[in-house]
Amino acid sequence: MQIKPILAAMRRHKAGTILIGFQIALTLAIVCNALFIIHGRMARVSRPSGVNETNLFVISNVWAGNLSDHETAVQIQADLDALLQLGSVEDATALNSFPLHGSGWDNIIRMKPDQIHMTTDSSIYLSDDHTLNTLGVKLIAGRNFTANEVQALSIQTMASWPVIIVSKDLATLLFPKGDALGKQIYATNNNTPSTIIGISDTLQSHMMDSDDNAFAYNAVLVPMREVGSGYIHYLIRARPGQLAAAMREAPKALIAQNRMRIFYANDGEVTFAKVRAKAYERDYGMAVLLVIVSAVLLAITAAGIVGLTSFWVGQRRRQIGVRRALGATQGDILSYFMTENLLIAVGGIVVGTLLAIGINLWMVTHYGVAYLSGSYLLVAAIALLLLGQGAVFAPALRASRVSPIEATRTA
Amino acid sequence: MFAYYLQLGLRSLKRNPVLTALMVMAIAFGVAASMITWSVFRVVSGNPIPWKSSQLYNVQVDDRGPQYDDPPNEPPEALNYTDAVALMQAHKAPHQTLLYDIGPSVLPQNPNDLPITAYGYATSADFFTMFDVPFQYGSPWTNADDDAHASVAVISNELNKRLFGGANSVGRDVTLAMHTYRIVGVTNHWDPKPRYYDAYDGMEFYPDPPQVFIVFNRAIDLRVGMTGRNNCGGPPMHFSSDEEWLHRECAWIPFWAALPTQADAQQYKTFLVAYAAEQQRAGRFHWAPNVRLRNVTEWMAYKKVVPSESRISLFVSIGFFIICLVNTIGLLLAKFMRRSSEIGVRRALGATRREVYAQFLMEAAAVGLAGGVLGLLLTVAGMQGVGLLFEPDVARLAHIDVSLLVTTLVVAVLTTVVAAFYPTWRAAQVQPAWQLKSN
Repeated sequence: MQIKPILAAMRRHKAGTILIGFQIALTLAIVCNALFIIHGRMARVSRPSGVNETNLFVISNVWAGNLSDHETAVQIQADLDALLQLGSVEDATALNSFPLHGSGWDNIIRMKPDQIHMTTDSSIYLSDDHTLNTLGVKLIAGRNFTANEVQALSIQTMASWPVIIVSKDLATLLFPKGDALGKQIYATNNNTPSTIIGISDTLQSHMMDSDDNAFAYNAVLVPMREVGSGYIHYLIRARPGQLAAAMREAPKALIAQNRMRIFYANDGEVTFAKVRAKAYERDYGMAVLLVIVSAVLLAITAAGIVGLTSFWVGQRRRQIGVRRALGATQGDILSYFMTENLLIAVGGIVVGTLLAIGINLWMVTHYGVAYLSGSYLLVAAIALLLLGQGAVFAPALRASRVSPIEATRTA
Repeated sequence: MFAYYLQLGLRSLKRNPVLTALMVMAIAFGVAASMITWSVFRVVSGNPIPWKSSQLYNVQVDDRGPQYDDPPNEPPEALNYTDAVALMQAHKAPHQTLLYDIGPSVLPQNPNDLPITAYGYATSADFFTMFDVPFQYGSPWTNADDDAHASVAVISNELNKRLFGGANSVGRDVTLAMHTYRIVGVTNHWDPKPRYYDAYDGMEFYPDPPQVFIVFNRAIDLRVGMTGRNNCGGPPMHFSSDEEWLHRECAWIPFWAALPTQADAQQYKTFLVAYAAEQQRAGRFHWAPNVRLRNVTEWMAYKKVVPSESRISLFVSIGFFIICLVNTIGLLLAKFMRRSSEIGVRRALGATRREVYAQFLMEAAAVGLAGGVLGLLLTVAGMQGVGLLFEPDVARLAHIDVSLLVTTLVVAVLTTVVAAFYPTWRAAQVQPAWQLKSN
């Protein structure tokens, strides 16, 4: 196959060539940045929370009456006892926040009392002796809290707490040698230390902002009851197969305990599956939008190639006829158009790659996204090459079937 | 003549239905994607109070020292109680207000009903004038009520409907967090988006309007619970009660000043620096004054109120639209050049270049119009699916209105006509003699 005549012919229809090349370039630039964003979002969505999410649900509760801190603590204990009485409930715990919740309490973690800059940041889960079991998170070292250790705390009051359980990732971050158990850290804003009495398996933080990715698996469990004016979240594990029953019975049991309470969003109870869906809806939405846009984009680019190539074939019927009459085989004609498209596509891909890198660099400086890896460029480039060849095939085949007799006809 | 050209255009479009369908669909998809993302973007990036966004300023004072600033050199985004109250009492701006988020329980009129939560603000009288809150019944409370720590409340018309069936409830009592307040005013529906005045608490796109407003001083007396953001990111501090917390350097009170002119703003900034310097002299601050005054637009930009998803999807859609247009240029070129001989005949029979332009641009406009109409349908259909793509809180703000529909059509037609300039120019360049000869 000779390239020279193809290049010569392209010079005769510069505009069409440039348009197709430009379209391929733009498509490549957008599709590979879209792939990159989609992949990033899906990686976020598939992160584990550490929680055993099946059969788990949440009731978010705020107090309507003016209970004192002590009365609130007593009421929470009574609520939990009532929930555990239900045949459909396996275990229950009261928390100020939980993984995937988005809002909650995070605090800087320091190793020394006089340290100014933080070592890291972590979720503070105000929890109790039932928390790990209810969430289905294993304790991998040390011991759990005892019921006696659980105290009451209003969220503005930064009391100190002598004992804490930390997540595996936080333990490793703070004590890379693996000797976290029994060590002291500073997890409050006052200068009293807390002793690590236990290490839990993976447990995600409540923070969902992408800025917080560095702290995503930092969690400190503190044996405290949130008795302030904010929400308290009852996390309830239903017995297998009894989720619906437990979700029906639990709010009634709580109302029977004390009706001066308000459940979040009227319905009160929400499955953990819904919590997960809500936590990642932005990421899902972005991914879905970009998948749709990329798919339609590729389709339109393919259609554009079909359209313009068909036009060229129609325009050159006589020349094709002449070539055929002079001895070119059908294969020659076919490969002529395929090669022509290949050349245009390669040009478009080169320009598109530069454009894609440019867009990515711009996003890096403006939105702090990561640098585009070469694999996305490669995947998108191959996809567009194949797309171009696939799109050009039908018109090229039609061209190859032009009969030599066309040479004798006037246009 | 236009009608004739339009007719010619339509006839020509019918001649290659596949090519035409391709162009129309490309434009429709491109314009619909752009319009759907634009409809979301325009609400999230809109100016919520355009008539005075340059006169309302968020106030920041560094109360924790440069080593704790995050981001570096930036004061905390809200004030602590001590500074907020001091700035209120200084009264150096014509109007100023402070606020914090509350979510008190509301006891229903019928004791058999369960209590509900009403979200809103503990604030001061100037809040209503500064942010132009419209009233259905009654009026805001007065500065005297602020000073008297009065038990008065303003409720939204939504809460008024729920509690009093929409009747004029001014003068009646409402029980919030187990304390009684006298209602002095009922607002009309008021919910500027983004909720700039409370961006500190991340309430920019909170779905429901604020339901209840009470006097800040009274709320503090009664310790009405704060449901917003509290940031005690400064030096280590000890406190074991809410009372102690109140007087610590924790950021939780957004503070706003109304400063009608640039000169006022300059003057206020000088006052803030002087205030911080005084705190430094008094030994409370151990660092040079570091204060900020940001007006609504600057504050929203600083708080990055527009979600990055919304921006990225708008960029992607516009890129998508540009590709669709490039595609259309190519297809129009193919279509027009195929008719070179027809153009040659027309030119030979006396048609001027100008007439060729008119004819082909009309044809392109017809394509654009068809693409616009289809794009309109796709936009309307797509808006139903916006909830899948964006957070519901943001998605529900996006809506179809006349301006969006008109924009869709105008954008489709205009861009197609612009895209057709090059193919049309090529068509007008056709040499009649050459075309006739080759036949």
